[in-house]
Amino acid sequence: MAILSFSNLIEKCISQQKTIYEIAAEEEAILAETEVDVVRLKTLENLIAMKDAIKNGLTSKEKSISGWCGDDCAKLLERYKKGHALFGKIFEMISAYALATAEENLRMGRIVACPTAGSCGIVPAVIVAVSEDRKIPESEQVSGLLTAGMVGLIISNKVQLAGAVAGCQAECGVASAMAAAALAQMLGGNVPAVINAAALALKNILGLTCDPVCGLVEVPCVKRNVFLAIHAVTAVELALSGIESKIPLDEIVDTLKITGQLMSPMLKETSLGGLAKTKTAQNLEKDLYKQN
Amino acid sequence: MEQKSLFSVISPIMVGPSSSHTAGAVRLGLMARNIYKTDFKKVKFVLYNSFATTGFGHGTDKGLLAGVLGYSVDDASIKNIFEHVIGIDYTYEYIEDISRHPNSVDIIFDDKMTISGDSIGAGEIRINSINGFNVNLNGTYDTLLLMYKDKPGMISTVSDIIQKQKVNIASLHCDRDSKGGIASMYLALDIPVGEDVVKKVQSIEDVFFVTNIRKLK
Repeated sequence: MAILSFSNLIEKCISQQKTIYEIAAEEEAILAETEVDVVRLKTLENLIAMKDAIKNGLTSKEKSISGWCGDDCAKLLERYKKGHALFGKIFEMISAYALATAEENLRMGRIVACPTAGSCGIVPAVIVAVSEDRKIPESEQVSGLLTAGMVGLIISNKVQLAGAVAGCQAECGVASAMAAAALAQMLGGNVPAVINAAALALKNILGLTCDPVCGLVEVPCVKRNVFLAIHAVTAVELALSGIESKIPLDEIVDTLKITGQLMSPMLKETSLGGLAKTKTAQNLEKDLYKQN
Repeated sequence: MEQKSLFSVISPIMVGPSSSHTAGAVRLGLMARNIYKTDFKKVKFVLYNSFATTGFGHGTDKGLLAGVLGYSVDDASIKNIFEHVIGIDYTYEYIEDISRHPNSVDIIFDDKMTISGDSIGAGEIRINSINGFNVNLNGTYDTLLLMYKDKPGMISTVSDIIQKQKVNIASLHCDRDSKGGIASMYLALDIPVGEDVVKKVQSIEDVFFVTNIRKLK
């Protein structure tokens, strides 16, 4: 029986005395008619691909096809080399890794859609940066990624994770909730803390529109990955201290869906409104068509 | 509702930048390749709407071509695909048509077969028509597709052959252009059937086209 809500998931975790990642791997194994170990191995493959994308992104300055983006991660690393980071090592690493992955994506590099390609930098940045800094073993990183997957899966059963359907709240917003769940799990949070971390992240990003300039996954998508990765960490800090989201995650997801329906189509990946209709965006558009 | 996999939210491993405009494009190409199944000399892509207007910046053109050539969505050489293609005549056309899905394409092989499909988000795709016949293929099932002269008894003849292989049919759909005209049938299968089955179906009277479409990875 599929898990269709977070209350359902929590119930199952409590009654079976299992973690979210255990339930996630078991459910997936049943669905794919395979073993839990095979599911974990496939998850590891995705984790390794995420790490490769970060590695490649950290060393490249290659621009995207449009020529707008691709060299910002290098700028960030340059600043950190001089010791300018305000919030310390983990903040540096998360920011750089999110940007590295998002830039690798736009230069047609190999990434893992998580949940989408446009939001691919958020979950990997949080899992990999914290794991490196805290020396968290790979198996626990896999558990973190499985936890993120379970959270994303339940949300996606209620609302399609596409900017065209519900705006960026359904892409980078959901990625941030997934990252928060992963991190809370890896730092030893219990089931309610993990769910609260996801809830706090998602709740505080409701209403985010999808207004990419010229319809490309570049402006504002690339840098947004950095912001939403840091956003996830904030949610985890709160959740691990025992702070609860007053509104339960299931109701937040329903709200996300309704907010997406209320959102004008002009703000849902059509590039007919928002940042995409600014004067500068229109000039960028003219230049792009000249190039095409 | 069909249960979704956990890996629908933490994959695919793909080349960027867009799951719909890049990975979806590759998968549409791969499905078209699985349907046509012939070494082609010529391929034309007609891109519609958002595929046409933002495809350039998303590498949609590269993705479609890579797909029909059999590249997987995570192949890093998709970026430089134009340098890898030898001896194939490929062209692109760009059309605005609001009656079509925003991310839509026609793939035409050797001026013989037109396969139309949409990229519906998160890398998911569906093939809507093959040479004008309505289908709905999303690459999740191995599928047997045939075209034949519309006449009574065809469904039972075909399902009888498949049943003898002990293969379960997940779904079955038919379409026709007119009574007694040209009809199409496709069967989604739980496990793929072999070429022997294709041959048997091919030998049914009035069947003039059969293809065994492998599901996408």
